Amino acid sequence: MSRPDVVVTGLGATTPLGGDVASTWDAMLAGRSGVSALTQEWAAQLPVRIAAQLAVEPSEVLDRIRLRRLDRSEAIAIIAAQQAWADAGLADSGLDGERLAVSVGSGIGGATTLLAQDDILEASGPRRVSPHTIPMLMPNGPAAWVGLELGAKAGVHSVASACATGAEAIALGLDIIRAGRADVVVAGGTEAVIHALPIAGFSSMRAMSTRNDEPERASRPWDRGRDGFVLGEGAGIVVLERAEHAAARGARVYARLAGAGITSDAYDIVQPHAEGEGAIRAIARAIADADVAKRDIVHVNAHATSTPVGDMLEIGALHKALGNHPVLAATKSMTGHLLGAAGALESIATILAIRDGVVPPTINLDDPDDGLTLEVAAHKARHMEIPAALNNAFGFGGHNVALVFTRA
Amino acid sequence: MTRDEITTGLAEILEEVAGVNPDDVAEGKSFTDDLDVDSLSMVEVVVAAEEKFGVKIPDNEVQNLKTVGDAVTYIAAQS
Repeated sequence: MSRPDVVVTGLGATTPLGGDVASTWDAMLAGRSGVSALTQEWAAQLPVRIAAQLAVEPSEVLDRIRLRRLDRSEAIAIIAAQQAWADAGLADSGLDGERLAVSVGSGIGGATTLLAQDDILEASGPRRVSPHTIPMLMPNGPAAWVGLELGAKAGVHSVASACATGAEAIALGLDIIRAGRADVVVAGGTEAVIHALPIAGFSSMRAMSTRNDEPERASRPWDRGRDGFVLGEGAGIVVLERAEHAAARGARVYARLAGAGITSDAYDIVQPHAEGEGAIRAIARAIADADVAKRDIVHVNAHATSTPVGDMLEIGALHKALGNHPVLAATKSMTGHLLGAAGALESIATILAIRDGVVPPTINLDDPDDGLTLEVAAHKARHMEIPAALNNAFGFGGHNVALVFTRA
Repeated sequence: MTRDEITTGLAEILEEVAGVNPDDVAEGKSFTDDLDVDSLSMVEVVVAAEEKFGVKIPDNEVQNLKTVGDAVTYIAAQS
């Protein structure tokens, strides 16, 4: 039996640029920044006082009682999944739940719930700790809630691979459909940890930008002035579907998920391999798995987080594994770094780039690093035919994931 | 406190914790069957009731509180 083709039939997101995919994509193409100053009291003492916060609060979408029992990362995963589900036209399709799986991960999980409930424990004692605490902070919570919401009975999976999570969750969805375990997989990532402790932790690693006076200019991948990533929050969800299943119901197809490559560095817990060896292998595997010509992959949505070391390693890896022809985008320049949701949101941007024939802009690239030897659509979107495109996502722990999407 | 006052207090808690319409809260109503309060929300209701009415409701007592009326009777006896 030949391997089934897998296509993308639905998209959903809530991000620092917009409460849905359309508004997020419009803002991206316009080169808008979603980064702003953190004006909350708890931020005053932090070395980093900027972040890319959600454009639309979950409370504008879900009711108060629902939100009482959801971590913010769970709430936004549900919101994005509802959008993707409706977008795919699956809401009233009568899809058998036993043919529906979920693959949704988070990089950090319900940290803000943990911290809030610990405050209650310290102040008021154990009896005051919410009975919803555990389902709110468990790392499989977002996937489980999405599965409940949509009636998924073919398995609910929660990948955790730090900043590669969203992309790896999509790669797992591809495997599930190829293996015949489901016809539809709702896949992606979610993250909501804009809080003093995670920020302090990343700051202590010297991983974050401290450009507090210029929030919109802080996330600047490949620019000489880059000084770390900007934390973002949000969720991105795609509906993956066996191509024949989608065709049989006349579904609109955004793009084909042609292949995935997953590798691990076995090098260092946080530093990427010094020659980008794991990233090179992931990209090469994705290209081989997709069985597309390298010359057709003319666009890459790069991981490019705006850190001094990582940004340039990826350029080297792309040169070695793909060549010198693709036009790059670092959409984190606008969205900040959504950690476990990054690979999912950037997959959505990659898919829409293919559909619309446009490479989104990379903002703040005012003074490109000498090492930037590949073309970037700096400041302005670039219209071009995109038969195939690559999305990279790398995570602490040495996780490397590359996804290849092609035109439907 | 009168039984009506306790019922009103419980209705406020049920609205806050579980989104129950206060108009639906009456002594004859079952928490789970009529008001759709699940087991985790019931824990929240009990803790909030302890605070509001200044009583102790031990876990082994909670299973006997099937209806709003059961809870009112228990709270009235304790307070």
